[in-house]
Amino acid sequence: MLKVDRSFSHMEYVEGMEQIPHDIMDKVLEMRKNYDYGKYTGADVKRALMKDNLTPEDFAALLSPAAAPYLEDMAARAKEVTQAHFGNAVTLFTPLYIANYCENHCVYCGFNCYNRIKRAKLTMEEVEKELKTIAETGLEDILILTGESRSMSGVEYVGEAVKLAAKYFKQVGLEIYPLNSDEYRYIHECGADYVCVYQETYNPDKYETLHLRGHKRIFPYRFNAQERAIRGGMRLVSFGALLGLDDFRKDAFATGLHAYYLQRKYPHAEISFSPPRLRPIINDATVNPNDVHETQLLQVMTAYRLFMPFAGITISTRERAGFRDNVIGMCATKISAGVNVGVGGHSGEEKGDEQFDISDGRSVEEVHAAIIAHGCQPVYNDYVRV
Amino acid sequence: MNDKLIIGGHEFNSRFILGSGKFSPEMTETVLKNGGVEMATLALRRVNEDGNESILDYMPKGITLLPNTSGARNADEAVRIARLARAVGCGDFVKIEVVHDSKYLLPDNYETVKATEALAKEGFIVMPYMYPDLNAARDMVNAGAAAIMPLAAPIGSNKGLATKDFIKILIDELDVPIIVDAGIGRPSQACEAMEMGVDAIMANTAVATAADVGLMATAFRLAIEAGRAAYLAGLGRVLEYKGEASSPLTGFLRD
Repeated sequence: MLKVDRSFSHMEYVEGMEQIPHDIMDKVLEMRKNYDYGKYTGADVKRALMKDNLTPEDFAALLSPAAAPYLEDMAARAKEVTQAHFGNAVTLFTPLYIANYCENHCVYCGFNCYNRIKRAKLTMEEVEKELKTIAETGLEDILILTGESRSMSGVEYVGEAVKLAAKYFKQVGLEIYPLNSDEYRYIHECGADYVCVYQETYNPDKYETLHLRGHKRIFPYRFNAQERAIRGGMRLVSFGALLGLDDFRKDAFATGLHAYYLQRKYPHAEISFSPPRLRPIINDATVNPNDVHETQLLQVMTAYRLFMPFAGITISTRERAGFRDNVIGMCATKISAGVNVGVGGHSGEEKGDEQFDISDGRSVEEVHAAIIAHGCQPVYNDYVRV
Repeated sequence: MNDKLIIGGHEFNSRFILGSGKFSPEMTETVLKNGGVEMATLALRRVNEDGNESILDYMPKGITLLPNTSGARNADEAVRIARLARAVGCGDFVKIEVVHDSKYLLPDNYETVKATEALAKEGFIVMPYMYPDLNAARDMVNAGAAAIMPLAAPIGSNKGLATKDFIKILIDELDVPIIVDAGIGRPSQACEAMEMGVDAIMANTAVATAADVGLMATAFRLAIEAGRAAYLAGLGRVLEYKGEASSPLTGFLRD
């Protein structure tokens, strides 16, 4: 079944995909390719740690193995910078999976179209029931997710769900398949303000071997999703590589650059990072997530923080509670709580299976208490829609 | 001594305006008390009318609320946020913040002038947060601003009076209160600004990120009072460059 669909090139757009200029992608891929992290020294790292405004070169040093002995310094500096920009505020949110149909074959993913899992899509009544149940926990920020299937969970379906979500939540985000900018505009008008798209890996060759089938194979269409979202009027865009799929240093470097150059091109764009690591899923024999330990993950997160002090960083329930509680206030600014990654699991029995296993199943109340215990302030909403 | 700060016809004894966005709401009361604060900002985007942890719940009566329009990217959004703030009972004061730069969060003076004009016409007491540019500040005053709030340095940077000379120009040339907002990192910088003739100081990060938040609020109050007193007292002669020459350049004059 691990057959690559070679009827189209993964670097060429297919019909229906909006094309925008490739300037950012070309630059990022070139810099990623040339990133030789072995050449940096402790002196480069120390210099980067003394600066207020880091260059891509400084960022490269912080992600290099030479920075490993300075992790404690990076953490201390990250904490300072996070406090200056965000104070003690930590925003809470939760994801809501409304469908898990998928047309892609991504070899590392639990939702991939060849995995025999229970597939489902919530009706609008069910979506509303889930939203109400989540809203009762006090949350005001919600992330709507689907698997990547335009036929089973189309733009209008997502739009209807977003309209409902906007009734119950002050902030609505989107984590679905990439869209054209006019579609982003439509979803924005329905009430969504932010868009998360994971590039998974920024190595196009590796990308091709991991994404065998479906729209997701088209690397540039995915790469330019955040830019199309901004053009479509979205306020905030989120970036992430799935660390461990390929060389995590290079992928983290490319993720930072992607966000950096996008913000330079669109200065009003608000930026956020999510640093997921691979977690065990079914059919996961071909991918080894073991090279990104917590130490490396923290290096990446603190490097993001120092490179882009103003960017949000979200910490997912893929990580254990002890890790999550300690990175808030230091580098992470947003944390999920009361998480269920199956379809329809908040208000009743799950209709569809989960995408991955979570490590932190704490309720909103428990995470709230943990935030306070860490000297931070739980924030439920940080946005006013006008 | 009768030394009131007057903004839009309202009198204040305190010249320390507190930003409330960056510390835990339960600290608010202590900070307000220790700081002798009479006016505190409020980010409308953080106000939960019915939900958890609303900052409004922690705001004692008697504090004048200064809702801000943070989150607005243009004049139109600022106007809409200000109206929402008034609708939820935050009063007529508004601090205009229009930012469409996510990196430095520098205010957009052009859009801020437009928002000032629109909101002043609607009867708001408008206090625009701005980059200290005299022309823009004049436009804001002409558009009805009740005070001008120039930044000392980028918000949250704790860099102190990076724009000192330009703020001094605003003090010298404008007839509305000048309130330094953003960038003040320590009480000594607040004192320096007050000494120079600034009418009030707004601070948030500097207090919020102190190890002892309550004590830092006290320190700011004292520094602001000291700076104000020094300004009113009139600074003694300060020789900026060198001592007096022993043979004066004008010693040759014979009248």
